[in-house]
Amino acid sequence: MSTDSVKRAESTPDEPMPFAELGMKQDEYDRVKEILGRRPTGSELAIYSVMWSEHCSYKSSKVHLRQFATKAPKSEALLVGMGENAGVVDIGDGWAATFKIESHNHPSYVEPHQGAATGVGGIVRDIMSMGARPIAVMDSLRFGAADAVDTRRVLPGVVEGISHYGNCLGLPNIGGEVVFDPCYIGNPLVNALCVGLLRKDQIKLATAPGPGNKVVLFGASTGPDGIGGASVLASATFEDESHAKRPAVQVGDPFMEKLLIECCLELYAADVVVGIQDLGAAGVSCATTELAAKGTGGMSVDLNLVPLRDPSLRPEEILMSESQERMMAVVRPDDIPAFMAICQKWDVPATVIGEVTDTGRLVMTWDGEVIVDIPPGTAADDGPVYERPYHEPAGQAALNADTPDRLERPGDLGATLLRLLGSPNLASREWVTSQYDRYVRSNTVLAQPADAGMLRVSESMAGAEPTTRGIALATDGNGRYAKLDPYAGAQLALAEAYRNVAVTGARPLAVTNCLNFGSPEDPEVMWQFAEAVRGLADACRALGVPVTGGNVSFYNQTGSTAVNPTPVVGVLGVIDDVARRVGSGFTAEGLRVALLGETREEFGGSEWAHVVHGHLGGLPPVADLEAEQALAAVMVEAARRGLVEGSHDLSDGGLGVALAEACLARGVGATVTVTGDPFTALFSESAARALVAVRPEAFEEFAALCAEHDVPCYGLGTTGGASLVVEGVLEVPVAELRDKHAATLPALFG
Amino acid sequence: MSAARVGIVTFPGTLDDQDAARAVHLVGAQAVPLWHADHDLKGVDAVFLPGGFSYGDYLRCGAISRFAPLMEELIPAARAGLPVLGTCNGFQILCEAHLLPGALTRNASLHYVCRDQRVRIEQTGTAWTSAFTPGQEITLPIKHGEGRYVASAETLAELEAGDRVVVRYVGGNPNGSMNDIAGIRNEAGNVVGLMPHPEHAVEELVGAPSTDGLGFFTSILKKLVNA
Repeated sequence: MSTDSVKRAESTPDEPMPFAELGMKQDEYDRVKEILGRRPTGSELAIYSVMWSEHCSYKSSKVHLRQFATKAPKSEALLVGMGENAGVVDIGDGWAATFKIESHNHPSYVEPHQGAATGVGGIVRDIMSMGARPIAVMDSLRFGAADAVDTRRVLPGVVEGISHYGNCLGLPNIGGEVVFDPCYIGNPLVNALCVGLLRKDQIKLATAPGPGNKVVLFGASTGPDGIGGASVLASATFEDESHAKRPAVQVGDPFMEKLLIECCLELYAADVVVGIQDLGAAGVSCATTELAAKGTGGMSVDLNLVPLRDPSLRPEEILMSESQERMMAVVRPDDIPAFMAICQKWDVPATVIGEVTDTGRLVMTWDGEVIVDIPPGTAADDGPVYERPYHEPAGQAALNADTPDRLERPGDLGATLLRLLGSPNLASREWVTSQYDRYVRSNTVLAQPADAGMLRVSESMAGAEPTTRGIALATDGNGRYAKLDPYAGAQLALAEAYRNVAVTGARPLAVTNCLNFGSPEDPEVMWQFAEAVRGLADACRALGVPVTGGNVSFYNQTGSTAVNPTPVVGVLGVIDDVARRVGSGFTAEGLRVALLGETREEFGGSEWAHVVHGHLGGLPPVADLEAEQALAAVMVEAARRGLVEGSHDLSDGGLGVALAEACLARGVGATVTVTGDPFTALFSESAARALVAVRPEAFEEFAALCAEHDVPCYGLGTTGGASLVVEGVLEVPVAELRDKHAATLPALFG
Repeated sequence: MSAARVGIVTFPGTLDDQDAARAVHLVGAQAVPLWHADHDLKGVDAVFLPGGFSYGDYLRCGAISRFAPLMEELIPAARAGLPVLGTCNGFQILCEAHLLPGALTRNASLHYVCRDQRVRIEQTGTAWTSAFTPGQEITLPIKHGEGRYVASAETLAELEAGDRVVVRYVGGNPNGSMNDIAGIRNEAGNVVGLMPHPEHAVEELVGAPSTDGLGFFTSILKKLVNA
């Protein structure tokens, strides 16, 4: 088997290359030939095909995503924006937080446990590569109908994968979402978020400057896992059957990742890292091209030096392997001994595989022959850009016209509340969250089922002064809303995450997003995407929170049926004194209960329409961003002044479900009165609302604060007793609420 | 008087070492980091073996860690009376090292479980539980996939007859442990292993909604200061 070297490529210009099997279009292949002035070698083709893939190049989404930059609000907090491994935000007192959410949808369907586990591993390495210590994870999960047979295969595996990997890493899992909808049956969504903490002056970037500096690959060895297209390449080009069937899903080793975390932090502290990049999608191809492109511009690599788990791997496979738990660092030659000593201390294998050059070329050799010789920027940055055609879906007008007005309203609202509370989307998540360690590292202030996860900022790093600060994080998304109106749906996702952060007392600062859509080649899907991005960018500007990074996941569909467009939005906030945090439940008897915000009759896409009537139609609730901003201002100030004992965001299931959840937190009941149509009052899903519990003596000051911000504040009643009572409407013992709420997921998943 | 020095061991894959150090520090003792690869106990007055997944729990939880160089020092020291507390993975390591009898196996539910668990302090005569009252019920977090305590009938009988069950689950056994055992001690009472995590229940602001774990740390501090 001969190696397809550059020399050979030059002498065999017409040899057919399997670019189509690698997912590359004819015109894309022609462009590679134009860039190189010859046909690419097999290894070069491997690099371009993965780097120009939708996943790595954002070729269909780029033209839309630009709005996150052009419409970005002014933010003094933003230290590193989009385009790096993760965004970095200034949280005060010299501290910075870095966070990002990313999808691992398809692998999690094929092999739920490993797919979800490596999704966590990948996002954690992104955070590590910014120079931060990862401090928590969250997961936003979507599955098919809860009682579908395949959901029983996928969900337990996904939860177990997240549980095993995250727990083993020692990262608390502080929240997220679990949503069921039949549209996700053949295409679950597994979006993993990680947040890290670092000193503001210790940010690391993915760059390879300084000719002569060494390129070090460290962590796990490279194996044949996660090679999607390369196997096609290998068998098509070299007719080697033994390489034909490789597992396409990566296999994770959280133990190695834990060692990598501690090892990297010690390397950073010793200041022996010039630039660093994690190896995720596209493995060595991505790390070398991106590092070189952002540095001096050149790099030489001897691929024979890459430590292999399987010695029979071909260079094309080494380049495309997505073996987990690997990092690549650029290190000054003088620092190599210190670098290696730290790796050895942590039992992390490390190998110098190349060095930075000033040639402007990425050159790789194999068995002494040059097999790659490309300008790295052409692979990393100059991928194709598509202006995909898009138009409103044919059925969109009819969908919007089919409003929930025609649906029969319930007579017994107590029964409706219990039905909603026990429905899979609103039932207790404890079956899932009890499999995650939420306590490790001892900084968890709030975790599920709180509205947002909250962590105390307390890391013992050199030069750090004590701080009272904390950070809060929430992720939200509603595919039904986005299906009805992707522009508003994306805004509502942001508004909910923003509100969830604010009700804990934290000031929302920045945004990450994971945009889960069907095929971009379908103009109707592309319209949903374009609208969602436009909506999100506009809302970020209105709320003053910039997008710091994220991920686009296309091709979430089964056959020609796409999932509901599902923009998942994560918001990070900061609270100046973490001891002032506000939980989401009724903490004591005798507190005044109030509803903040306006309630309209809004049932389009609601949980009630979904659960009771299986209906999806009309329009989602209005996204009133001014009202959201005012509400957040009230909640943050109220927490600062210590006025509020508990506050809970109103969303799916409306006030009725929020009241029930607030009662369930500590088993404290409440008696309240609602005005107007009780069904609308209890189950409408109008946004920009929150439920609060206030000490009676503080209520006047709180109401004045609301008035100051033009936030409507309606006194509803008082906490206390063993039941939730809505005067003249319903009375349900808290114990019954609990039973209903707790029973659903264990009954479904054992 | 110099502060009591409590060693906190870190193996590759140990996770709760910082948490344990923080708890030790909170009660006024000094936390001394001990590294698995060193033959050195640094002259500490007591040792805390924290939880985690040392060596990835590969082979069997704690099975590789027990052979660490540090353990070659710790095992004889513990036999000679050095106070040692192992929680979660630390308990598993103590069993693998035969400092405590029995074994911790996969939870009966086959799931990892993280929850706030009611437990009863059965024995207050150990180095680590003297601050409690006999029969006192407290809440501590548990978080493990392999915490189901098993032992032979003879061993169980010995443990019960010798008052060596230190902590027992109440209000529901979370993992299928025999006799609802959450923690045990050696005959001398200086070595204690338990699955719950007292170090996660020491502050109002974070961790479990209780500070019931503090007693384990005040117990050892009192013992060391009075020694």
